[in-house]
Amino acid sequence: MIQLRNVSYVYHEGTTQEKVALKDVNIEIPSPSFLAIIGANGSGKSTFARLLNGLLIPTHGDVIVDGLNSKDFENLWEIRKKVGLVFQNPDNQIIGMTVEEDVAFGCENLGLPPKEIEERIDFALKSVGMEEYRKYPPHLLSGGQKQRIAIAGILAMLPKYIVLDEPTTMLDPKGRKEIMGVVKKLYKEEKTSIILITHHMEEVVWADRIAVFNKGEIVLEGSPKEIFMKDEKLEEWGLSVPLVTKLSKCLVERGFKIPHPILTIEELSTWL
Amino acid sequence: MEVLKTFPLGQYIPGNSLLHGISAKAKIIVSFWLIIIIFLLKLNFYSYLLFFFLILLGILLSSLPINYFVRSLKPVYFLVLFTFIIHFFFGEEGGRVYFRYGIIHITDNGIKMALFMSLRLIYLVLITSLLTLTTSVLELAQAIEDLLKPLNFVKFPVHEFSMMMTIAIRFVPTLLEETDKIIKAQKARGAEFGKGNLISQAKSLLPIIIPLFINAFRRANELAEAMEARCYRGAKGRTRYRVSRWTIKDLVFLTIGILYPILLLVFF
Repeated sequence: MIQLRNVSYVYHEGTTQEKVALKDVNIEIPSPSFLAIIGANGSGKSTFARLLNGLLIPTHGDVIVDGLNSKDFENLWEIRKKVGLVFQNPDNQIIGMTVEEDVAFGCENLGLPPKEIEERIDFALKSVGMEEYRKYPPHLLSGGQKQRIAIAGILAMLPKYIVLDEPTTMLDPKGRKEIMGVVKKLYKEEKTSIILITHHMEEVVWADRIAVFNKGEIVLEGSPKEIFMKDEKLEEWGLSVPLVTKLSKCLVERGFKIPHPILTIEELSTWL
Repeated sequence: MEVLKTFPLGQYIPGNSLLHGISAKAKIIVSFWLIIIIFLLKLNFYSYLLFFFLILLGILLSSLPINYFVRSLKPVYFLVLFTFIIHFFFGEEGGRVYFRYGIIHITDNGIKMALFMSLRLIYLVLITSLLTLTTSVLELAQAIEDLLKPLNFVKFPVHEFSMMMTIAIRFVPTLLEETDKIIKAQKARGAEFGKGNLISQAKSLLPIIIPLFINAFRRANELAEAMEARCYRGAKGRTRYRVSRWTIKDLVFLTIGILYPILLLVFF
């Protein structure tokens, strides 16, 4: 379980450029679970992601990962082993010159023997469906494929939690679908806890729980259905509900006997 | 863009020949050794001929078409020609004098030197080509790390050095792609490249270089974050996935590559 207790984060504290990114955030992330974080640009989502694995240390409050406080420098290594972080730009997080080299990077840092690294590469590449690209140089891959490699690199370290910081923002619709397929599979089959940060509402409908960020605070927390009920509030925070949900709401207003909110096209079509 | 996609890193040609299969460490050691030997080689016909046999053997073992090697000589054609002419017309005095006019003189020794010095250059290029045509940049970087390992004792950061090298090489295609994008973006804004005199041409490069640098710094920052997120903390407690071990083949290659030139030095 990851616990955040009264966490605040201030960039450039005590200077004229001081900027409060997070204000008094409290949340518990059990394992396994699928938590989605949504929020407009500048709402503190990325700061939140970096706090979870100790890349940033909270200015006030505590981040505790399975009992390890990230304030204690000694714990950082263990925390990063447990909490993998996938970034937005696939180009800037691939270190290796071939796919397998890159996936091996994290394992090498953990000091694993070559035999085990080999097995973990097999497992990780299989999980993201990239086995046949093992010897490829990354620059020959598409954006979606590169991002899958980045996920494989994290996966090979066998983390308990994977934090994905807007992993699909720089991808085309096809790449986006690939990544979401992988994420769902990881949660269902590997029982890896997923913390997905995004502003694509279509991506969060599979989450168990959604937390909405606005100006550095968690303003709403609940299941996707609960969140999407409050579409007017969401608009106020610069977010919108999926098109299907909007459509189902209009249909209800026109007198159709269907439940509200509806989250996926499949769900809507079975009701109609 | 298409050119960039297939951009070759170094001049490595993938293959399965005997020379491709030899460990990069052995190849680097032998190449360096041969380069040293070239400068020690006595200036006579036989030692140069017999040395050439060794290079020829290497070319055969690489099973690469000969024109790859001819092509690799291209950048030094001029240098070879220049060296030859200098030594031929203005070279060492000594031996029979064939022609003399002012400072120009053609002598026995001069001709000999012209020939051997040009051959030296050609041999140097051929040896390095043999190495780089049959060894990928990645193998080279790792082999250099292995070979530099003893320097750890004098506190030289070998691992960091090779990590820097690997990352630099890894980002060459990425930065090339980006340069291409920036050039197109600036052209779309009406920038003109390659026009006017040298100074205005150099000036026109600024709108490419500045965004490229800024982006490179941003990338470096993000990459450092990504490395840290994946538990990177330098060489401490780190293992290597690819461990290269010496095989019999490597040892045979190493022995021949080192002993043959020594015999040349001793007997000729």
